[in-house]
This record gives sequence, structure tokens and C-alpha cells, in this order.
Amino acid sequence: MTGPVKWTPLVLFILLGSALTYGLAKPDTTNIRSKMIGASVPSFTLPPAMPGLPGLASSDLATGQPHLVNIFASWCVPCVAEAPQLKMIADAGVPVMGIAVRDRPEALRRFLARNGNPFRAIGADDASQVQMAMGSSGVPESFVVDGKGQILQQVIGPINPEDVAGIVAAVKTAR
Amino acid sequence: MKRLLLALALIAAPVLADSDLPPAPLADTQLPDPKQEAQAQALMETIRCLVCQGQSIADSNAELAGDMRAMVRERIAAGEKPAAIRAWLVRRYGSWVTYDPPFDRVTWVLWAAPVLFVAAGLLVARSSFRRRRA
Repeated sequence: MTGPVKWTPLVLFILLGSALTYGLAKPDTTNIRSKMIGASVPSFTLPPAMPGLPGLASSDLATGQPHLVNIFASWCVPCVAEAPQLKMIADAGVPVMGIAVRDRPEALRRFLARNGNPFRAIGADDASQVQMAMGSSGVPESFVVDGKGQILQQVIGPINPEDVAGIVAAVKTAR
Repeated sequence: MKRLLLALALIAAPVLADSDLPPAPLADTQLPDPKQEAQAQALMETIRCLVCQGQSIADSNAELAGDMRAMVRERIAAGEKPAAIRAWLVRRYGSWVTYDPPFDRVTWVLWAAPVLFVAAGLLVARSSFRRRRA
């Protein structure tokens, strides 16, 4: 073997090694986006998560009015950070519906008393089944749903102050 | 002071972002029918956990993995085929969620690579043996 041919395996090996090292040093993003964007909200009926507020069913999301569906939990720390932004969104006239994942009524009541209650309804998703059906993989996550019950957008992680205007606009322009 | 901090760090427990609800009934309980349980187990070993990415839901201690195991067992017990449950999850999370990736436009290289590597190896071996004989 001569010249370039002789060195090809070594060069290939170095290239492969660099690619793998780069992959280890800069791992892929860990956010898993829902593939349900553009699809209808899967059919579900969740009981009320706490006394005093109604539960949530998929039919509540196909009433002709767009909604923001927030998947959250009282045991979730980033959900506390997100609470003021949800309040702003609700104050802007956006109906915010909650799905409480693996939560207890008492814990939820304390959470809302401390952080404010932006929700018109909260469904209790005690075994994460609706969360999975929506293609959500953690809390908090939010979905913009149009008036026909179609999922338009997914927000992964807490809604930050700079996201509020965009989300309000997204819900208001959805029909 | 340093030592005190170290001692505190040693006994400190991480704040778990976990609920205090008990695991779903079928998260850690086998199905009564061994054949169904075997089906469920085989499927769970090839479904990727959404929280501890890199573990299967059979291996992961994450609460969501428990809820996913419960979902798998419930559906198997209700007579659903494992392939249908896998398809349900792939519809929601993409092929990312399965350790048994489908053969498609993106993944064909995975399946073809071994054959291609063996073919390339044979070619290299053939040419080098021939040269040595000459």
C-alpha cells in the first residue's frame, strides 16, 4: 500500500474519534418536542384536581375559543417561577386551563394560595396519562390550543417574562 | 468552617423534583398472566424513558417511567398488541422514544452499516491478500 491509501484508515479513525468526542462534549438537546403539534387534543376526561374548580376534558378545549393548556404540578419548582407569567397571561384575557400531574388537592390548594390562581379549570392527571397522550415529557409545559381543539404550539419548560407577549398573541390569533 | 460545610454537604439530601403520590398500581406490579407480563416486559425494555434519557422505562426509577410502565401493562392487559402501544408512543414522541428504531429514510444507515462494513472489509482483505501472493 502506498501514500494516501496507507493513511486512509488512520484519517478515518481520527475523524470518527473527533465526531464521537464532539458528540460527548456537546450532547444533543434533551428537550423532546411533542409530535402532536397540528393534531387534535387527544380525547380525555380528567376529574377536578381540587374542590372549587372544575376538572378538564378535551371537549372543554373545542368550544370555539382558543386556550392555553398548562401542564404543571405543585411539587414542581420551575412551576413556581412560572406562576407570575401565567397570571399575566390570564389577566390578558387568555383562558388558562391546568393539568395537574400526580398532585394532591391539599398541596395544590397551598400552591395556588401562595402563587396565585390563573386557572379556570384544573384536571387531575394522577398517573401522567394525559401528559403522555399530549406528547409532553415533563413539567411545566404549555400548549396553545385553537378553538377547534387543535394543538398549535408547545412551550417546554417555564414561561419566562419575555415569552408572555408572544404566547398571548399566539392564543389571541388562534381561532 | 470548611470542614463543617463538607460535613453538611455529606449529609445533605438533594431536593427531589418528585411528587409524593405513590406509584401507579401497575408501575411495579407484574401482570397475573405470565405471557402478558413477558410481552409487557419485552416492550418496556425497548421504550426509552423521557426523564432519564438513555435508560429504558424498565430500568428507570423516574416517576414518569413508572407511569409509562403502568400504561404499558394496562394496555397489554386490555388486549392491545405491543406494536400498537409502541406506535402510540412514537406518534407522540417520535422514533426517539423507541430503542427498536423503524427502518425509514433516516435510519436505514443503521441497518445497512454492518453489511456495508463487512463488504468493505472483504474488498480490503481481497486486495491485500492478492498483493501478498504476487
